[in-house]
Amino acid sequence: MGLKEAVLTRSINVFHVSSGSCNNCDIEILDALTPRFDLERFGVTLVGSIKHADVMLCTGSANRQTVPIIKNLYEQMPKPGFVIVYGACGCSRGLFKDSYNTLAPLDEIIPVDAYIPGCPPKPEATIAALVKLIGKIKTKKAEKI
Amino acid sequence: MSNNRSTIPIGPYHPLQEEPEFWKLIVEGEKVVDVDVRIGYNHRGIEKISESKSFDQSLFLVERICGICSSSHPIACAQAIEDITGTEVPERALYIRTISQELERLHSHMLWVGLAGHFLGYNTVFMWGWKYREPICDIMETVTGNRQNYAMHKVGGVRRDIEKEHIPYILTRLDEFLKHLDMLKGAVLDDPVLHARLKGVGVLTKEAALDYSALGPTARASDVNIDVRRDHPYGVYDRLKWNVITQKEGDVFAKAVVRILEMYESASIIRQCLDKMPDGPIDSKPKDISQGEGIGVIEAPRGECFHYIKCDGTNSPVRHKIRAPTYMNFPTFRETVIGETVSDATIIMAAIDPCYCCTERMTVVDHKDKELLKAQDLIRLSQEKTRKIKEELGAR
Amino acid sequence: MTIDGILKSINDRFGGRVLKTEKKSSRRAYLDIHPKDIVDMARYVFKDLGLRFNIASAVNDFDRIEILYHFSYDQSGVIISLRAMLSDKDNPRIDTITHVTKAAWWIEREIHELFGVVFDGNEDLRRLLLPDDWPEGVYPMKKSFVVPKRDSRKS
Repeated sequence: MGLKEAVLTRSINVFHVSSGSCNNCDIEILDALTPRFDLERFGVTLVGSIKHADVMLCTGSANRQTVPIIKNLYEQMPKPGFVIVYGACGCSRGLFKDSYNTLAPLDEIIPVDAYIPGCPPKPEATIAALVKLIGKIKTKKAEKI
Repeated sequence: MSNNRSTIPIGPYHPLQEEPEFWKLIVEGEKVVDVDVRIGYNHRGIEKISESKSFDQSLFLVERICGICSSSHPIACAQAIEDITGTEVPERALYIRTISQELERLHSHMLWVGLAGHFLGYNTVFMWGWKYREPICDIMETVTGNRQNYAMHKVGGVRRDIEKEHIPYILTRLDEFLKHLDMLKGAVLDDPVLHARLKGVGVLTKEAALDYSALGPTARASDVNIDVRRDHPYGVYDRLKWNVITQKEGDVFAKAVVRILEMYESASIIRQCLDKMPDGPIDSKPKDISQGEGIGVIEAPRGECFHYIKCDGTNSPVRHKIRAPTYMNFPTFRETVIGETVSDATIIMAAIDPCYCCTERMTVVDHKDKELLKAQDLIRLSQEKTRKIKEELGAR
Repeated sequence: MTIDGILKSINDRFGGRVLKTEKKSSRRAYLDIHPKDIVDMARYVFKDLGLRFNIASAVNDFDRIEILYHFSYDQSGVIISLRAMLSDKDNPRIDTITHVTKAAWWIEREIHELFGVVFDGNEDLRRLLLPDDWPEGVYPMKKSFVVPKRDSRKS
């Protein structure tokens, strides 16, 4: 494991992007960080700026107005950076696939490294996803490293 | 635009709120002189999708308007459809609807208390609030099978019963919640720093509240005595003993008081329901829908939630209009935020408990406007102010 | 005031200007009115009778557009809906009621962008929900609008 992987996996800074979600996923993300599940004890923190982020955590079905902003945010993220989509809407647009205001699923807009399905996913699923992502980075299976 | 005016863009992605929205604060020095907001980052065209769904499916759709109101919207939608068909809902189903509504109110208000702490830079309250709402999520998981998005409601009744074995568990967890709420109430409502930060800040007068048709806790904190649960009785609220909480001041503190005291009422409603709930069927299994139009209103945690459905006799609506409470509460920010300082702007905006996903169903700022502050600077300013007040009060 | 009391005061005040009164149940009533009367009626119902403005719903059915203004009387749990049928289907217009109640500020913006209804006298009909690059003159909530298929999307 090289220096880059070691630094990346030690304390994951997450930037949360809600691209037209129903708030449920966003609440469950915060739930995972607050004392009951407490992801913060593993060094996972939410950061206020994409420029500090290792992981971009996207929720929602990506509506027209947010698509350019999401692309922008992805470009601004320091590389190597990872993208996780959270929830059924993010993974496949779910119930909103027939809407006039959602164009494409998130993984056709930006490259996605991990999916967390569920409506909403439980906080346990969030923890499992982060563990898997860390495993992926450490074993260098993630293409971006 | 005069020279000493500057624009503070906030958003659309900023660390304060989970949902994207773009604020443009026009300030003169520390004072907010104008404000504008651009929403639409959450617009998913739900009203149009609903026109292509059957009435059974549309309940699942409206549940996903907003994660926090995932019990309110389905009930309102079901009520609108029942208004068209004239379906009678069985007694036990009404009790279960009432219970799930009040559980939702408990966790939503607790969530707001936490977020309000976060906006003030008081993260202890944030962590407390979110920790102490977990018993409610657990109750929901036990009763409905999911922590959010309960899929509990259907036209003519409810989908799942509350089992007898679950009732003692619900009561125990509710007691646990109330114990923490007592502590939180003491810590929040008696804190001199919070008094200094919140009292007299962002006042919404009674006249403005009426003019904007403000709803829910936002209106009740401004001495507008409205509550859909009492005024347009649904569920079993007319058979229970409970109070509508109002405050006279209309400031942020009054809104906090209303929400915290309402949680006690909700807990009492749940207890009475569990006590009085009769046995019987939970679903009247309606089969046909007739031509016509119907309106369903319910009191969501943030205020009245309004569904209008027009049906031509086929299996999907001609028009399904949804109006969430924040839609009416939100424009009041113009009344409350102008004239206040920048550091108070965040909590004033948060005081109505805005929910953009409900509402929808401010980033490229004109470069001529200089001196841009980021939302983080706002939090810093707000924390500095808290520290200053603490010093003035002789921190204890 | 009961629902009959409210309906009676509206009918007494406006006489023949209420085209049709439909009392659907003891708590719901629908009144058909002429679009040019909306400001007078809304002012009377909101200011004089003290009803609360719930919301306005635009309905596009059989290529006509109607707007329902829902008002609620909270003392007795009554909802009165004023229905204004817009006659000109290509160029639907109605007077704004924002100077009667500020609560109509956002909903008029929304109906303008989703249905293309022009509210005469409303200065602020900017976009509310749709993105800035949404084409002009395309109104997604109209029945004639068909949601475009996936492959026609711009990326």
